[in-house]
Amino acid sequence: MTTIWRLLALCLLVLPLALAEPASAQQSRPGDAATVPAGEMQMFQQLQGNVEGRVSIPDQRAGMLIQPGGKQWRDFWRDTSPWVGGIAIGGMFVLLALFYLIKGRIPIEGGRSGETITRFGPIDRFAHWLTATTFIVLAITGLNIAYGRAILMPLIGPEAFAAFSEVGKLAHNYLSFPFVLGIVLMFVLWVKDNLPSRLDAEWFSAGGGFFTHRHVHARRFNGGQKLIFWSVVILGLAISATGYILMFPFTVTDLAGMQLSHVIHSVLSVILIAIILAHIYIGSLGMEGAFDAMGSGEVDLNWAEAHHDLWAEEQRAKGHVHSPHGRQAVPAE
Amino acid sequence: MPRMKFLCDAERCIECNACVTACKNEHEVPWGINRRRVVTINDGDPGERSISMACMHCTDAPCAAVCPVDCFYTTADGVVLHSKDLCIGCGYCFYACPFGAPQFPQLGNFGSRGKMDKCTFCAGGPEADMTQAEYNQYGTNRLAEGKLPLCAEMCSTKSLLAGDGEIIASIYRERVVTRGYGSGAWGWSTAYPDSEGV
Ligand code: HEM
Repeated sequence: MTTIWRLLALCLLVLPLALAEPASAQQSRPGDAATVPAGEMQMFQQLQGNVEGRVSIPDQRAGMLIQPGGKQWRDFWRDTSPWVGGIAIGGMFVLLALFYLIKGRIPIEGGRSGETITRFGPIDRFAHWLTATTFIVLAITGLNIAYGRAILMPLIGPEAFAAFSEVGKLAHNYLSFPFVLGIVLMFVLWVKDNLPSRLDAEWFSAGGGFFTHRHVHARRFNGGQKLIFWSVVILGLAISATGYILMFPFTVTDLAGMQLSHVIHSVLSVILIAIILAHIYIGSLGMEGAFDAMGSGEVDLNWAEAHHDLWAEEQRAKGHVHSPHGRQAVPAE
Repeated sequence: MPRMKFLCDAERCIECNACVTACKNEHEVPWGINRRRVVTINDGDPGERSISMACMHCTDAPCAAVCPVDCFYTTADGVVLHSKDLCIGCGYCFYACPFGAPQFPQLGNFGSRGKMDKCTFCAGGPEADMTQAEYNQYGTNRLAEGKLPLCAEMCSTKSLLAGDGEIIASIYRERVVTRGYGSGAWGWSTAYPDSEGV
């Protein structure tokens, strides 16, 4: 996956920050004519890292005299991050728009049957919407911190923008807790149906059936959905972990560690936002009948048979198909 | 117009911390916040030096570059100031600052770290000059009174110099020539990459 490589490259880029050694001995001696203007520049060349010493005030962190790592972090934040965010999020919007123009809304094959199957119960839907609503607020407030100064501030002015950002920062910090709860709930509820299987390989090699009209077999979740599930679990938890490191400054790591956490947090976030944009598209506008699964929890039988045939059969065998009038469907005589 | 800078002559600093105390007292800086501090490197070894460090009022300041709400501004004298009304206490200036200058009232408190505080070069803030409102948020505005920063003004060995960059650099260069050595103007190559080395 290219995203992983991009990320690794970034980590490598900032790794020297994390490994930078504190200053130790070695400095020019006074009176030594050969090393006269030495001082700072020489020390930088020798150490390639922080210049640290002793302070007599209680705040021992003030002993850090100069940290060149701030420059790398600033360069990432000012120069690299807008590209990462722009390509990931802007690129996804373009892809989805193209997909919609070419494919249009994917209809339910054979129309609605009128019969439904329960796909997600109240607890499933609670977990999903808890994660989804908090994620959307987290994404908007996070993107505001990253790009709001360039995009939103010129529109509403510095005072309104600062007030909005202050509230946004509070929301971003506090909503992280229900967001993590939502991920944990979804993980517990759905992990057993998201374990990889041979069917997923077939699903992916058939391109999910998006471009062919071949039927691809799937159980409760198909390969693409499992990809979404694991992205949300793994990236979501990694974003949460790096976020908490930043929320509790200096409790887990030092300044270099916080700079690295910030870079990881922002890169993984825009990647997950891009992935979720695709998810939102296919769960609402992109596919007829899909939203019902998370809306009412009931999906049309024809939709289920087209996209989750093995699961639908299983549910039918268990007698979980409901007729239009809410009665339990009985096999036709 | 002058371009205000700080210069610490490490050959002269005796780590008396008078600059630190003067600053705290002049601006009524709250407990736990240090706009200025003295760092001793190579403590106890030959080559030990003490350096008084605060916000260096950098050219093209990193804090201003990364601030999500753009709360920093540079005065006509080259002093880097910020608006506490706009500051949201995110801490990004602290990640970027080479000198650890930005200070937060509640560093360990999640949710909000409070408004950032830092050295103002004794030049107050965006409020009207020499008003109570300005004093409450940023401390005194000595520059508006025609005075230089107190830390440097009262430095007993004249190690810490504050004033127009060219003037203090020439004073320092003269000293280096006279005594025959110097360990460089600490922080200058980082804060003022545009100025020639001192
Ligand atoms: C308005 C926004 C959203 C809509 C309309 C939406 C819609 C849906 C729908 C219809 C399903 C069920 C698909 C099925 O029947 O199998 C679903 C499942 C799921 N959603 Fe969302 N969703 C939204 C936002 C989110 C967000 C923000 C996250 C996570 C951060 C998320 C994570 C998941 C996961 C992990 C699943 C199960 C796996 C899958 O179906 O891909 N959703 N969503």
